[in-house]
Amino acid sequence: MPRPPAGKVGAGVARVDAALKLTGGAKYIDDYRLPGCLHGATLRTAIAHGRIRKVSFDPAFPWDQCCVARAADIPGANNVLFIEADQPLLTEDKVMHPMQPILVVGHPDRAQAYEALKHITVEYEEEEPVLTIAESLAGKKLLRGEDNVFKKFLIEKGSVEEGFAPADRVVEGEYRVPHQEQAYIENHGIAAWVEKDGTITAHGSLQCPYYVHKALVKIFARPPEQIRVINAVTGGAFGGKEDYPSLIAGHAALLALKSGRPVKLIYDRHEDMAATTKRHPAVVRHRTAVSRDGRLLAQDLVIIMDGGAFATCSGVVLSRGTLHATGPYECPNVRVRSSVVATNTPPNGAFRGFGVPQAIFAAELQMERIAAALGLDSVELRRRNAWKVGTVTSTGQVLKESVGALKCLELCVQKSGYTRKRKEYAAWNRSKGKPTWRGIGFALCHHGAGFTGSGEVMLASRAAVSLAKDGRIKVLAAATDLGQGAATVFTQIAAQALGLPAALVEVEVPDTALVPNSGPTVASRTTMVIGRLIERAAAGLKAELVKAAGRVPQDRAGLRKAARSLCDGGPARRFEVQYEKPEDITWDDQLYRGEAYGVFSYAAVAVDLEVDRLTYEVKLRKVTTAQDIGKAINPVLAKGQIMGGTAQALGWALLEYADFRGGWMRNSQLTNYLIPTFADTPPMDVLLVEEPYSRGPYGAKGLGEMPMDLSAPAVVAAVHDATGFWFDSIPVLPERICAEFIKAERPL
Amino acid sequence: MTVLRPRDAAEAVALYAARPAALPLAGGTDLLVLWTTGALNGRTVLDLSGVKEWRSIRKTVTGLSIGSLATHAELRGDPAVRREFPLLAAAAAAVGAEQIQNRGTLGGNIANASPAGDAFPALAVYEAAVVAVSRKGQRSIPFCEFFAGVKKTNLAPGELIASVVLPYLETRPRRQLFRKVGTRAAMSISKTAAAGLLWVGPDRRVRELRFALGSMAPTVRRLRAAEGLVKGKRLGRELAAEACELLRRDVSPIEDARSTAEYRLHVSQNLLADFLLGTQGSH
Repeated sequence: MPRPPAGKVGAGVARVDAALKLTGGAKYIDDYRLPGCLHGATLRTAIAHGRIRKVSFDPAFPWDQCCVARAADIPGANNVLFIEADQPLLTEDKVMHPMQPILVVGHPDRAQAYEALKHITVEYEEEEPVLTIAESLAGKKLLRGEDNVFKKFLIEKGSVEEGFAPADRVVEGEYRVPHQEQAYIENHGIAAWVEKDGTITAHGSLQCPYYVHKALVKIFARPPEQIRVINAVTGGAFGGKEDYPSLIAGHAALLALKSGRPVKLIYDRHEDMAATTKRHPAVVRHRTAVSRDGRLLAQDLVIIMDGGAFATCSGVVLSRGTLHATGPYECPNVRVRSSVVATNTPPNGAFRGFGVPQAIFAAELQMERIAAALGLDSVELRRRNAWKVGTVTSTGQVLKESVGALKCLELCVQKSGYTRKRKEYAAWNRSKGKPTWRGIGFALCHHGAGFTGSGEVMLASRAAVSLAKDGRIKVLAAATDLGQGAATVFTQIAAQALGLPAALVEVEVPDTALVPNSGPTVASRTTMVIGRLIERAAAGLKAELVKAAGRVPQDRAGLRKAARSLCDGGPARRFEVQYEKPEDITWDDQLYRGEAYGVFSYAAVAVDLEVDRLTYEVKLRKVTTAQDIGKAINPVLAKGQIMGGTAQALGWALLEYADFRGGWMRNSQLTNYLIPTFADTPPMDVLLVEEPYSRGPYGAKGLGEMPMDLSAPAVVAAVHDATGFWFDSIPVLPERICAEFIKAERPL
Repeated sequence: MTVLRPRDAAEAVALYAARPAALPLAGGTDLLVLWTTGALNGRTVLDLSGVKEWRSIRKTVTGLSIGSLATHAELRGDPAVRREFPLLAAAAAAVGAEQIQNRGTLGGNIANASPAGDAFPALAVYEAAVVAVSRKGQRSIPFCEFFAGVKKTNLAPGELIASVVLPYLETRPRRQLFRKVGTRAAMSISKTAAAGLLWVGPDRRVRELRFALGSMAPTVRRLRAAEGLVKGKRLGRELAAEACELLRRDVSPIEDARSTAEYRLHVSQNLLADFLLGTQGSH
C-alpha cells in the first residue's frame, strides 16, 4: 500500500501534543499559578440517607481567614442542570448519598482549607438507606417518584411468545456486573474566577465545556455570554468528567463570587474516587429460544441498572444498554425490558462504553451458554447469527452499509489461532504435570457510534474552520482532547480536506468564548460526527481559497496573502457548519423504533490466558482483537485507543472491585482499588478492519468506547475453557476460582 | 514537620536517643503514604539517608552482613546475595515495582513490621539476625523474635536497625522456594508469601525443612509443626498432606480487603504440598 503523505488521513502521525506532554510542558489545571487564589475544600455528608439537622462551626477556629460558601449564597437555582435538575449543587436538608456536598470552604492555604472541614460539625437525622437494586425495586422506601425508577424502556420486535413456541432449546441466564472507577491519571480539578466585567470563568479538567456552561448559567442566573468555560489540558476522563465537573465548577465559582478571589478546587484521589461517578452496576437476565441448528428464535431480556442517588445520565446509559442488549445478532422476536433505579449511593454516570459493557457481558456469556447447551462451538454460533448487511435489528433498523461483524470475527479467529489453541489447551489441561490450566475465550460486539436515536439532531452540533489575517488556520470545536488524540485527528482531517500539510493547521483551545457548541466529547462521536463537520467546514474554506487564489496556497505566506481578501478587513474568516440530519434516518422516541444509530462499529476479541494450578492467579497470555472502525484516521492512535480500552476491560474482568458497604466506597484509593499495571497487561495483537461509513469523515466510525465493551465476557469464557467453571459475574478473582475448586473437590 | 539529618551512625543514635518519638526515615516508601494523608503533620522525622556505613553489603567469615539502608534494588542485584541467599534476592525483586525497589530499604521494611513484608519469609528461613544499636550499645535479635505483632517490633526506645546478618548455609539445600502471591503482577501487597528450604539425606529422608509464610498471621511464621513432622521421614503424598494439615497450627489467616481466609489457607497448603513433592512450581 502506498504511504499517505505525511500529516494526512490514514497516517500514524505523531500527536500534536506529544512534545509538550513528553517534556512536562503541558499545563494541567493544578499547574496554573493564580495569584491570590483560595483553595477550596468540600464538606460532605457522612451518612447515606436522612436529613441535616444542624451545621455548627467551631468558634475556636479562625474562620475570618476562610470564605465559606453555602446553599444560601447561590444566586440562581440550587441544582446542577444536566438531563434532569434533581441534583443539588449544595445540600441544605435532604441527604441522598454519602459524600454529598454540603458547603465549600476556601482558604489561601490548601492544608488549612481541609483543616477547616474538621472544625465543622454536622448533626443528622438518619434514615434507613436503600442500598441495592433489590432494595430499590422492593420499594419499601421511595427515593424517587412512585417506584424508585429513573427511567424505563421497552423494545419489542416480532412476538416473543410465538418465538418460544417452536424452540428446540430454551436457555436462561442471569449476569451481574459491578461498579467500575474511571481511574483517569489526573484527578478532578477546576479553577474559577470572576472577570472585571462580571463574567464567571471556569477553567479545568473536563470533557464537555458546554455542559458545564449550561449548568453554570442556571446556578448563577446569568446570561450565557457571562459564563465562560475553558478546557485545560486534561489527563484522561473516560466519561468520569462528563457531568461531575459541573458540580466542581459550581462550587469553585460560588466561592470565587463570594470571596472576590480566584479559587482552585482540586480533588485528591480519595475524594475523587469516593464522591464522583462510576460505571452503573447491572443485573441482566436472558431467556433465549434457539433451534437445534443454532438459530436464535426469540430473546427475552431484562436489564436493571443501579443509578445511585441522582439521575445524571443514567437514563441515556440505560437506553444505550437496552439498544445493545441483543448483542450483534439477528433474531426475529425480541423483547427488552429495562430500568434504572435509585439507591442511596453516589450517583453513577458516564464511563466508556456507557451501558454497552453491561449489555455485552451478558449477551456474550449467554451465547456461550447457548453454544454449550447445543454442543456447538460458540464462535460457530456467533457466525450463524451475526449481523450483516440487510439485517433488521431489534428496533427495526435495516443495516445498509459498513457491517464488519463477520469480517472481524473471521480475522480474529484466524490471527489468534483460536481453533488450534482450543485443541492444544484441552490436551495441556488433561496432562498432570503442568503448572497451569490454559484457556482461550472469544467475544463479539457492536457499538452504535454517536448519540442515540434523534440525539444528534437535537444536539445540532456546530464546528468551524477559520483563516486568520496572519494566514493561520484553526479548527474550532468544543470537542476536548482527553488524551485520546482528538486534536491530532482534527488537524489531519482538516488538512486532508484542504489539501495542506497538517503542520499548517492548529486546533483552538475548547473555550466557550472562542469555539461553537459542537456538543459533548462523548459517545464515540468526536472523530465521526465532529470530524465530519470539520471536513465540511474545511471544504468551505478550500472553495473560497480556490476562488480567491486559484488554488490552496501551500505555505503560510501564501495563506496570509489569500487571507487579505477572504478576511475582508476582519481579524479572521470563519467557516462554520452544523450537523444535518440524513433524510433516511428516522427515530421514534416513544416506541423506540427506527435508526437507533447512524452506523455501528464492530469488534471481535480472543483472550488467551492461563490459571495457576497452585494459586489460581490468572495470567493473560495474549489478546487478539479485530475492530471495524470504518477508517483509521490515525492508525497509531487508533491502536493505542484499542489497547487502552482493552486493558481497562481486562481490569474490570479480573481485578477491579469497588467495595461498597453502607453506600460508601470503602476502597477509594489506588492502593486498594486495583487497576492493571503494565506488568498485568498482556501483549496485544490489534487488527484494524475498515468497512467505510459513507457519512463519516473518510469513512471513519466511532472507536473510543468499543474496546471497553467486549473483553470481559471473553475473559470469563477463557477461564471456563481453562478450569471448567462458569462465572456469571466479575471480577473473576483467584479467591472465586479457588472456592469453585474447593466446592467441586477437584484435586490439582 | 521537623527533619533531623544525622551524618553518621553515631550522630543518628545520639539524635534518636534525645528524640525517641521521632520517625526514622530509611527509604520513605511507607512514610510517604502517611505523609500525604497529613498523619505526619507536626511529627519529627529522623532522616537516615546520610548514614553511609549502614548502606553496604559485606561478607564476613560466618555470613553476609546487609546494612539496613541497602535498597531492594541493591539486594536483588548483589552477586553475594544472589549466590548465597537467592530467596532474599527473589523477595527483593517482588517488592512493589522498580520505583519502590530503588527507594525502599531492607531495614525500613523490617522496622515497618507489616504482616505482609515481602522479605520476611526469606529472612525467616535463612534464620537471620537483626543487629540493633542504641546509645547503650549493640545487640543481635533473632529474626523470628523481632516482631511483637502487627506493625510492632521488639526494638527498645532509641534503638535503630544497623544491619541484618544472614549466616551462610552449611550445605546447599536440595530444593528452595520463594513465592509471593499478590493481588496483581506488580505494586501489590501479598495475600500469602512462602519461602522454603529443604535438605534431604542420601537415605532420601528429610534432614531439615524450613518453611515460612507471610501475611498468614500477625507476623511472619515458620511452620514449626510441619517442619518437625517431616524431619527424618521420606517425602510422599501422605506425608505432604499431613504437613498441610499441620500448617494451621502455626498460622491463622484472616479475611480482609485483599483476600479470604479460605484462599490464603488453601493456596498456602498448595504451595507447601507442591514444595514437598517437588511437582511443578518449585525451583
